Amino acid sequence: MDIILSFVPVWTIIIAVGIFLYVLLDGFDLGVGILYGFEPDLRSRNIVMNSIAPVWDGNETWLVLGGVALLAAFPLAFAIIIPALYFPVLVMLLALVFRGVAFDFRFRDTENKTFWDHGFFYGSATAAFAQGVMLGAFIQGFKVEGRVFTGTSFDFLTPFSVLTGIALMFGYALLGAGWLILKTEGDIEARARRRGRLCLLGVVVSMAIVSIWTPLMNANVSHRWFSWPNILFLAPVPIAAAAVAFGVWRALTGASQSGTFVGAVGLFVLAYLGIAISLWPFIVPHTFTLWEAASSNSTQAFLLVGTLFLLPVILVYTSWSYWVFRGKVRADIGYH
Amino acid sequence: MDLDPVLLSRLQFAWVIGWHILLPAFTVGCASFIALLEGLHFFTKKDVYLRTSNFWIKIFSVAFGIGVVSGIVMPFQFGTNWSRYSDAVSNVLAPLFAYEGLTAFFLEAAFLGVLLFGRKLVPAGAHFFSAVMVALGTLFSSFWILAANSWMQTPSGYQVSDGRFFPSDWVAVIFNPSFPYRLAHTVVGFYVTTAFVVVAVGAYLIRRQPSAPEGRTMFSMAFWLLTVLVPLQILIGDQHGLNTLEHQPAKLAAIEAHWETSNDVPLVLFALPDNATASNRFTIAIPHLGSLVLTHSLDGTVKGLKDFSPDQWPPVAIPFFAFRLMVAVGFVMLGLVVGSLWLRGRGRLFESRLFLRACLWAGPLGFIAVLAGWTTTEVGRQPWIVYGLMRTADAVPPSLTGFDVLLSFLGYAIVYLIVFPAGAIIMARIVRKGPGDVTIGQSPVESGRPSRPITVQLQVSGDA
Repeated sequence: MDIILSFVPVWTIIIAVGIFLYVLLDGFDLGVGILYGFEPDLRSRNIVMNSIAPVWDGNETWLVLGGVALLAAFPLAFAIIIPALYFPVLVMLLALVFRGVAFDFRFRDTENKTFWDHGFFYGSATAAFAQGVMLGAFIQGFKVEGRVFTGTSFDFLTPFSVLTGIALMFGYALLGAGWLILKTEGDIEARARRRGRLCLLGVVVSMAIVSIWTPLMNANVSHRWFSWPNILFLAPVPIAAAAVAFGVWRALTGASQSGTFVGAVGLFVLAYLGIAISLWPFIVPHTFTLWEAASSNSTQAFLLVGTLFLLPVILVYTSWSYWVFRGKVRADIGYH
Repeated sequence: MDLDPVLLSRLQFAWVIGWHILLPAFTVGCASFIALLEGLHFFTKKDVYLRTSNFWIKIFSVAFGIGVVSGIVMPFQFGTNWSRYSDAVSNVLAPLFAYEGLTAFFLEAAFLGVLLFGRKLVPAGAHFFSAVMVALGTLFSSFWILAANSWMQTPSGYQVSDGRFFPSDWVAVIFNPSFPYRLAHTVVGFYVTTAFVVVAVGAYLIRRQPSAPEGRTMFSMAFWLLTVLVPLQILIGDQHGLNTLEHQPAKLAAIEAHWETSNDVPLVLFALPDNATASNRFTIAIPHLGSLVLTHSLDGTVKGLKDFSPDQWPPVAIPFFAFRLMVAVGFVMLGLVVGSLWLRGRGRLFESRLFLRACLWAGPLGFIAVLAGWTTTEVGRQPWIVYGLMRTADAVPPSLTGFDVLLSFLGYAIVYLIVFPAGAIIMARIVRKGPGDVTIGQSPVESGRPSRPITVQLQVSGDA
């Protein structure tokens, strides 16, 4: 293998950041979709939906970019992981179809508004659950022979993956609550704070269970975390998580506008970090490392040239569109 | 019953892409039309362009929403149902898909929010700019997707190692032999499709309220465009055919149902081609004309399918009929364009009831042509997924059972049969309301101001 000029570390960072941005951005709007189902009246549902209407499809675009960038930079990983997750991917996609069209259909198809309301809520909740299931199945690893996945299309379904599915629903809903606190006021904000506390509880409990369960499942993971001196360097991760969780609780119960959202992002960063520490340097867990699954140097170089130029441009105009729709959504005067 | 995961995966892919392609076929042209209307309004300040634009932005937003979500499905199909294909070709093709995401998807998504919801939040120039960016995004998207699709038809710029493809020349990968023809043919086809939708909607609005200017504006603009594009499209299609003859002779032979190689081939107008007997039944053909049309020379040689081994034949009947349907639609379009020129010359473009009614029926023509053309090119490529190099049958993941695919196919079938017709009904409803009802700016709900008359009405019906 040609190691003289390897782009693998760069692509690892780009894809890690890309997937994380997806989780964060579509995470909060999927979470808003979950909380939407609990809004009691039409006025607040309209406001809740309007708070994400101008930005949701930009957020979802990161899913496509994460998928195709993985295909381009680590094709072997894509070709093993996606067929192994056949049904969760299917369910996620179908759920995303329903919630995506609900933005347009709900306002224009008044006879079936309840149907599209349900489509938006169940679509968001199901997509979040399916993504969590994928995460769990990924952490557990896949049955691989040669360059192909050799298990069955139902291998993904385990108690662990169901747990991570539920965990991610709580996590996204917490992000969504943070977003609604930022973007709304009055009774909607108050409800977001109340439900945010329940979500935080769910997040903390499930993070704790996953953190104990993962090393129990796999000796390598447990060795990574608990051998000396690793335990010394890695202990700050769970400690920081506990501190951030406490901070989010304070923000939810206090008057802080941005604290919940920022804190929830912090929890996601730490959880993400925890998974990365457990699995490094594998991209197909326990089977193929990042280097083994990488595409050719020419492929990675060709895509890198454009990505390094385009990604900053995208971030600039995406930020601009968020800036245009800044501020609270109000029933009487709209955005300002 | 024996469920074949390859066949079912092909049917599933045909289903998801068949529905999906209807949306770019419309949104690519529609985005450019909106950008043009926004530009006309920005520079002339005439209200009619603003009202027309607002009207089409509403329709566009519904179509685009469905396009985005059905488009997200597509790249995941490569993994779920064609993973061995992904492993084999991604060194060459995946960067093209990624560049589509980077150049097109984000451009569209970020500026779409501003286009739909931001008219009052940003300066008029920035709003016009957003419209142009959305239009540009749809064109970039077409560029990359067709580059990838063309490479599967006429691969170049690669080398093979261990059954996998690696890039050796990126320019040759992107600008592969059939790409310029396919790109031109498809994008012009998309513009023509949109123009016929605009013509149909314009005809509907003129019939309902002849004095309103919006219907006349869109009707007239669309026909001027079609006057240029329909003849141009026939010319491009002919050039595309020459290219296919050169690079995919078996596909061309299937399209024309030619079994024997000859330098004096007839043009088969109708036949029932049969793969099993390698012959046609009930043939109606014009002698000599085939060589002239296909090679532009009276004694040009056209290879017959019997020059290839039968395991390399596409299912001949499908591309044969799909191609004839596409060409027939093209000539109907040409007829309508000629009709419009004749009426326009006599100053009666908006007056002929018969012509307006014909235009109303012509609304779906472009979609039929796009689907037929796509079927021709994709089924004509079979049994190859990468032409001449990798078989479709070798592309599915080994873990996939026929039952798995049946289940997922049912899921896609049910969901698409709910979402797409619902979207069509909603768009039809916007058309029925007409542009006259649109107040300057955006309707209250869409600009994030929910408590205005429309919503009050919704509230009553919603809470009842």
